[in-house]
Amino acid sequence: MTQKMLEIKDLHATVDGKEILKGLNLSIGAGEVHAIMGPNGSGKSTLSYVLAGRDGYEVTGGDVLYDGESLVDLVPEERAAKGLFLAFQYPVEIPGVTNMIFLKNAVNGVRKQRGEPELDAMEFLKFVRVKAKALSMTDDMLKRAVNVGFSGGEKKRNEILQMAVLEPRLAVLDETDSGLDIDALKVVADGVNALRGPERSMLVITHYQRLLDYIVPDHVHILAGGRIVRSGDKGLALELEERGYAEFVDQAAA
Amino acid sequence: MSVQTLPDDASRQFLAPYAELKPALPGADSDWLANLRDDGADAFRQRGFPGSKVEDWRYTSLAPLTKSAFDWREPEATLDAEQLPALVFGREASCRLVLVNGRLSRDLSAVAGLPDGATLMGFAEAADQSPDLLREALGGESVLADQPLAALNTAFMADGFVLHLADGVVLEQPVEILSVGTGGKQPPLYHPRNLIVAGADSRATVIEHHVGLCIGAYFANVVTEIVAGERSIVRHCKVQDESREAFHIAATNVHVGRDAMLDSFVFAVGGHLSRNEIRVKLAAPGAHCRLHGAYLMRGTQHCDNTTIIDHAAPETNSHELYKGVLDDEASGVFQGKIVVRPDSQKIDGHQMNRALLLSDKAQINSKPELMIYADDVKCSHGATAGELDDEALFYLRSRGVPEAQARRLLVEAFLNEAIDGIALAGMRMPLEQAVARWMSGAAR
Repeated sequence: MTQKMLEIKDLHATVDGKEILKGLNLSIGAGEVHAIMGPNGSGKSTLSYVLAGRDGYEVTGGDVLYDGESLVDLVPEERAAKGLFLAFQYPVEIPGVTNMIFLKNAVNGVRKQRGEPELDAMEFLKFVRVKAKALSMTDDMLKRAVNVGFSGGEKKRNEILQMAVLEPRLAVLDETDSGLDIDALKVVADGVNALRGPERSMLVITHYQRLLDYIVPDHVHILAGGRIVRSGDKGLALELEERGYAEFVDQAAA
Repeated sequence: MSVQTLPDDASRQFLAPYAELKPALPGADSDWLANLRDDGADAFRQRGFPGSKVEDWRYTSLAPLTKSAFDWREPEATLDAEQLPALVFGREASCRLVLVNGRLSRDLSAVAGLPDGATLMGFAEAADQSPDLLREALGGESVLADQPLAALNTAFMADGFVLHLADGVVLEQPVEILSVGTGGKQPPLYHPRNLIVAGADSRATVIEHHVGLCIGAYFANVVTEIVAGERSIVRHCKVQDESREAFHIAATNVHVGRDAMLDSFVFAVGGHLSRNEIRVKLAAPGAHCRLHGAYLMRGTQHCDNTTIIDHAAPETNSHELYKGVLDDEASGVFQGKIVVRPDSQKIDGHQMNRALLLSDKAQINSKPELMIYADDVKCSHGATAGELDDEALFYLRSRGVPEAQARRLLVEAFLNEAIDGIALAGMRMPLEQAVARWMSGAAR
């Protein structure tokens, strides 16, 4: 049996002492795009934060294996160095830190942890400009403070730029469609699709089917009550669009 | 002989050596200067060290001062010239005075390239050779009335620097004053007295850099007086990097004339107990001032920034922004008083103090005080205290930035708002480097 890139096994996690994930199982192979859909409060964002290693999101049972190794005891920057990336639902504003400084610290932070040489200022500038151009981001956006004064669409594009620059092997996209109009959604989805490849896996977390018209998944899972309650192909998302989440919520509660 | 610690009357003991020292203090031949010293001694004798019941000193206790036995003889210290360039803040200043334990060292100083009409000399030299240079500006009214430590300085002032600019003189290069504390077997005590007199239409930038070359204690009781003539621009950048055991109490009193501008920046990282008090009198229409500051404290350091801005004339503006970072059990004080007098209409006054607390035991006391007696006035004030933003910290770490580095970036970003305001571009990088050095000491 080939080893999966990500294997989540019977994962239990609490936030403020309350159990949110209650035995979640999920496997993602290299190059696959999986979507997780679910109603509000089902644990979608908790899953993304648990994967990224945020303080306060405590794993109380089960395991998360990445390339066969447990992630659970790693701090967020170690996970990033191993190639994990979380695109935030609500990208954080950091006044006083320019986008360029932020990206340079990120790239060199990862390179240093991997034992790779850091990029100097000129190399980095060239590298970032190419990536930014592909996302129609101006130099001005690189010079501004991280996400400060950015529109919803600009913030999400900025997330994708970070992803493009960090070249992760596993990207978790947490409600990347939220707050976007259709034009912004297309730009962001194009950016994501450009990063798809045989060695890069993605976990797309969303409430609505709409995003999946643009980022077409290989597998779709429904999360309710802290567990995956049903899995299928992209047809499952369409089915869900018609019938709603009600029956799955009931099922999880049962 | 040393000052004995007598709890009942400890502060007055600081005057004990006055009679013995007075004949040898600079300017002894000038009656007015001798009288001024006596007035300073009298004022301090009456007031003593202010206690916590004095409103201006409510959050800063001077008790540790009265418990130390200081050596008031200002011990001679030999300092190797090779030690200096590392001390100079970032850049080879072409014009630089070096004070060692409060005394000017001619050997270590370099004064070159000043234009005609500009005079830079030691206070003692000025008092002995050209006391008239001092007379017009020395010993402003508040020194004797409201500032007991400045009064004490007035009694004992032995050296310091004097910068005098005739009308229209523009200094292209900053002047750097390096004040070095070397410590000693017994903690030295010294009273530097500095004076900047800027004539009409003149311009100067003065960097006053206080640095400790020891780990031990000493007490620098500093007074700097600035008179900014009509339409002059005076930029005063002060760096307080005294030894971690040192006491640094400083008063900067500024008189800003018609259409003149004071641009002040205070950067404080050193000292065990430090206070930087700035009093600005905006004396004529069009006078304005900008007071910016940044302070970084850790351990049990205490840093007090007190500012008093007197809008004594209509159409005067002030803008104030202080930012502090406090770690461990450090404590900070910000007191900002803005006075707008009854006839001072069309005033703009803005004040903000923000503190970042990196530990549960660090503390900040912020006290804005607006006394407004006119009605056509725009004044605002604000104070915030908070911790590092957890969300931002996680965001950075999730992108692969190690925690210590992420913390450093956020602290630097916090301070940048104050540091970016420095008009003197050459100062920004050294200050940013100083912040980075401070943070690397804080890496956890």
